[in-house]
Amino acid sequence: MTNQTRTRRTSRVGFALLASVALIAAGCGGDDDDADDGDDAPAATDAPDDAPDTTDAPDAPDTTDAPDAPAATDAPAEPAEAFRIAIVAPSASNDLAFTQSIVDSVNRVGETREIEVDITDGTFIVEDAAAALRGYAEDGFDLVIAHGSQYGAPLQEIAPDFPDVAFAWGTAADTFGIPNVSAYTVRADEGGYVNGTIGAQLSESGILGVVGPIEVGDAKLYVDGFVAGAIAQNPDATVNVNYIESFSDVNLANEAAKAHVTNGADVLTGTAQMVVGATGVALEEEIPWFGTQSNQDDLGASIVVASQVYHWEVVLEDIIADIDGGTLGGGVHILTLENGGLVMEFNDAFGLDAGIQASAEQTIADLASGEISTGVE
Amino acid sequence: MSDFFTVSVLVATLASGIRLATPFLLAALGETIGQRSGVLNLGVEGVMLIGAFAAYYAALETGSATFGILMALAAGAVMGLVYALITVVLHAEQGISGIGIFLFGLGFTDLLFQKQVGTPIPIRGLQPIEIPLLSDIPHIGEIFFQHSLLTYVAFLLVPAVWFMINRTTFGLNIRAVGETPEAADTLGVSVNRTRTATIVIGNTFAGLAGGALALEVGIFQQNLTAGQGFIAVALVYFGAWRAFGVMAGALLFGIVSATVLQWKTLGIVSGAASSLTAMAPALLTIVVLVVVSRRSDAPAALTRPFDRAA
Repeated sequence: MTNQTRTRRTSRVGFALLASVALIAAGCGGDDDDADDGDDAPAATDAPDDAPDTTDAPDAPDTTDAPDAPAATDAPAEPAEAFRIAIVAPSASNDLAFTQSIVDSVNRVGETREIEVDITDGTFIVEDAAAALRGYAEDGFDLVIAHGSQYGAPLQEIAPDFPDVAFAWGTAADTFGIPNVSAYTVRADEGGYVNGTIGAQLSESGILGVVGPIEVGDAKLYVDGFVAGAIAQNPDATVNVNYIESFSDVNLANEAAKAHVTNGADVLTGTAQMVVGATGVALEEEIPWFGTQSNQDDLGASIVVASQVYHWEVVLEDIIADIDGGTLGGGVHILTLENGGLVMEFNDAFGLDAGIQASAEQTIADLASGEISTGVE
Repeated sequence: MSDFFTVSVLVATLASGIRLATPFLLAALGETIGQRSGVLNLGVEGVMLIGAFAAYYAALETGSATFGILMALAAGAVMGLVYALITVVLHAEQGISGIGIFLFGLGFTDLLFQKQVGTPIPIRGLQPIEIPLLSDIPHIGEIFFQHSLLTYVAFLLVPAVWFMINRTTFGLNIRAVGETPEAADTLGVSVNRTRTATIVIGNTFAGLAGGALALEVGIFQQNLTAGQGFIAVALVYFGAWRAFGVMAGALLFGIVSATVLQWKTLGIVSGAASSLTAMAPALLTIVVLVVVSRRSDAPAALTRPFDRAA
């Protein structure tokens, strides 16, 4: 398949350019009006920001990008038959966590059909995400993915304005009753449960530590599943959970992990993009780490035991099939171990005991078949 | 709650608080110097990000955390020259310029990270240095004398900055141009040169603060500083533009943050209470700021550009 992927670090790169221009303008005797001019271009998201694009000529800013239309006239040579997918996501495309999971999944969709992908990542500011979503819709993408539960409110406003464009929103289980919105979510508790059972077997102190972001969505499901799995494996185990109330504060995640270690934890896990702060502690202390969302082996080959990997392509293929059939939305799609949307990936370099791995694989099979459940609602 | 009041947990909490205070302290000390000369820099956050990336990338490429520190210092100094050009030479409005620097730092570091690194790669950051004899003192040693290099540097800079501002000719010039630049100019003090120097020093500190952050956690990620630069600016007001006051504010913020983390880890607070306690450091800072503002000792010429020809 010949696929095209463009990545826009719109907000940040736009900000950088905008700020540079504004600073120069302000410094060159410009008065407040100059600054206002800059402020009037929130399409920070839409500034000419093609630099990070690895597939487009990086040194040749795409002059055809109209400020308010993110993918304006990209018109590649033969896009007529390509299915056009746009992704708007809160963190970096290669964060080894939430955003990377959707990017990797869309790329896997591209292995079976011709697609054109445009990504706006790093939009942790919801207003920037809203601008990007609207821009993609205006440009007529076949599927616009709002990858972040925080994007629900703007999507609720934008989607009705573009009834012919299909939107997908996750992680969420609500389509707002809008016919061109699909929702997707994940039973992250299932992989969390598996990780918990393994963790409880590896822990000598019987104390396990969890670094969470905010107690919502798939993060909460994963953490609850991990706790349930650990307790199911070892009813005497103690699982200390620390939600640091931030998806991005790496330093706080680092200190939270240290606090766990201080309190005796000898197994750690965590979820969301700030866990790179916690994995550093695990690496330093040589403590087993369990990952989720994406494969986190790269964060420490010697400490990462297993990762629960989201294969969103399972739900994306359903959504795309619906679109092909003329249904633009309305469904709620869920990743599970059963449907193959959740895959447990073991890190060979860690050298997990064969017996423990075998019991973990049995747990996976039992969860997939419904023989056991995590008990997490 | 009884779990919290054990010696080992209290010692770990205080040590954690000191670690958490370090980036705030470095950045706030630098900002204090700048503000005492009449220059507000809201771009501390952006400069911290640039310093953090410079330190991380240098350490990643060379394997040397020391080289990372040097690059953080250099990046901060360069940003200081840029900010001095904008505010001192070109007389741009300081508040807006600072926001511009922040946005620039945010975007620029993200761009560089994606282009040069991509996926977060752990580095071997700064390791704790145990001060001989002192680190062996029970409890005290663990709290104060088992930190990484930049933590010691940050706290040693407090008396150094105090001395510079209050006991040197350069410090006298800083205070003069921060209070009445016209009078200082009349007395032969170069206002622009003094402010340029304080801006460069202040931004160098901010770059170092970012470097401390990246090298402490051993990783870089977009928006790594997560608002710490703005808190550092608030701490300058909190500390009433005095080095030791700024240190007190940074320690308070760091220790309260560490305490909240320990409470959550031990399950002392959970659910909604957990979310509320996470706001405690910020709320406490706001409360103290309100109290402190009643006896504001802000430099009289703060944010006021100086134009000799005017």
